[in-house]
Amino acid sequence: MSRSIALLICLVGGLTMLVSPFLPMATGWANDVTDWFNILAAMAFVLGGGSLLKVQLMRLSARGPGWGYSAVTLVAFIVTLWVGLGKVGVVADPSAPAVAWSGKADDEGSAFWWIYLYVMTPITSTLFAVLAFYVASAAFRAFRAKNLEATLLLATAFVILLGRTFAGVVLTGWLPDWASGLRLENLAVTIMDVFNTAGNRAIIIGIALGVASTGIRLMLGLDRSYLGGDA
Amino acid sequence: MSSGLDRRWIYLAMMLAVALPILWNGVTGKTFPESPTPPSQACFDAIEALPEGSRVLVSFDYDPASEGELAPMATSFMRHLMHRRLKPVMVSLWPLGPKKAEETITNVIKAEFPDRTSGKDFVNLGFQTGNEGVLKVIGTDFRKQFPVDRSGTPVDRLPIMEGIAKVGDFPLVITISAGYPGGKEWVQYVSSSNPGLVLLAGVTGVQASQVYSYYPGQLRGMLAAIKGAAEYEALVSAAIDGAGVTPPRYAEARRRMAPQLFGHLLLIGLIVLGNAMFFAQKRCKAVAR
Repeated sequence: MSRSIALLICLVGGLTMLVSPFLPMATGWANDVTDWFNILAAMAFVLGGGSLLKVQLMRLSARGPGWGYSAVTLVAFIVTLWVGLGKVGVVADPSAPAVAWSGKADDEGSAFWWIYLYVMTPITSTLFAVLAFYVASAAFRAFRAKNLEATLLLATAFVILLGRTFAGVVLTGWLPDWASGLRLENLAVTIMDVFNTAGNRAIIIGIALGVASTGIRLMLGLDRSYLGGDA
Repeated sequence: MSSGLDRRWIYLAMMLAVALPILWNGVTGKTFPESPTPPSQACFDAIEALPEGSRVLVSFDYDPASEGELAPMATSFMRHLMHRRLKPVMVSLWPLGPKKAEETITNVIKAEFPDRTSGKDFVNLGFQTGNEGVLKVIGTDFRKQFPVDRSGTPVDRLPIMEGIAKVGDFPLVITISAGYPGGKEWVQYVSSSNPGLVLLAGVTGVQASQVYSYYPGQLRGMLAAIKGAAEYEALVSAAIDGAGVTPPRYAEARRRMAPQLFGHLLLIGLIVLGNAMFFAQKRCKAVAR
């Protein structure tokens, strides 16, 4: 029974979204369906938090390899949640200066703002920046001109790497106007404009067809994998 | 194979390739000259073409991880919009996007245009969850997804929002995006269903190859990675500062082009070295047999 209701909700929701661009009267319905989705997504946040707590607590109690990371995750999660929900250190809003909690949780000066600025921002920026080191190491170890395809890929990479910097201008800026298409910066644009665009458009069209067919299968109940189990 | 070079030397070389140009720039203040590619020039031209007072929707779809590439774009876009007396309406599909919008407001509007007021000349409407669902709804009912601004003022009371019922009422939309949801979703759910609307995108290098497919049709212009940001920044500086001195906070993208140049040269050098070692080893093995 519960599976049938889920399938019915999927069918009604999917059909509503599908017909809304063609039926003006269905536009409001589609917006309502999107609101339902947002409400479900908000509930999923709570479920996600619960799941994170459960998994990390289990790892912590098992004391398996890397349990220390679970402890750090748990402490970070609980402290951030407490600081955000409790509006710790929030500066009162000028419109209600007597009410300590009238300010926003992430306003400048609050503990949540401090966590964002001095913990979240440096950590995420550092993790992204570290990629440069791994890319350099991987390029040295794995990028080999073993065959024609790999050699073409390598040549293309060189053109893009040089064409996206001032090196392109220095190396090929001397070429006369009639041969300007061979300047590295212009070659890089041509590669993006022609080869990259052609390949990507083919992929995008293929994905769109796949999404459409998957959507129809979901709405018709032929694909029930999202219900979990053996459905 | 080719593992003769300790990876720590590679890390050290990369650190020097990035750090030394930054130090050089800090000491000399010099940056490389930039000539705009067509997608960057198209961004500049699209903003120049708008009449004064036009409202522009700007979506901050990124977080601190991509700040290095995207914050200079946001700064340049905001400076250009404010200089042209256009009115940015800021939204975000990423939870940390509103903070980025606030930082841009502080660094550009409050610093250089202190006479502009929130709610009248610009506004930050904050984050809305729902990814492409949000984009689908604002296509018909903008206020349903963004009913209040960041300070809680109802949108109906904001002069800047007068006459804005749906996203198609904005003549220009700019998305500064680091991934999903971002440039691709704005094209699919907003640009495609509003043929008269002009869409510009500032994207990371990783996203650029995918988003490039929509240029120049559904996407009128795009800034691809820090190179695109530097080109657009140079255009904006030339238009606003002329031959005068550009404040350092408005030269962040160009400042990052020197580290990018040496980082790329190092990568090429490493690839060449790796291949040389690979073929040398192969040859040695063939001779030994």
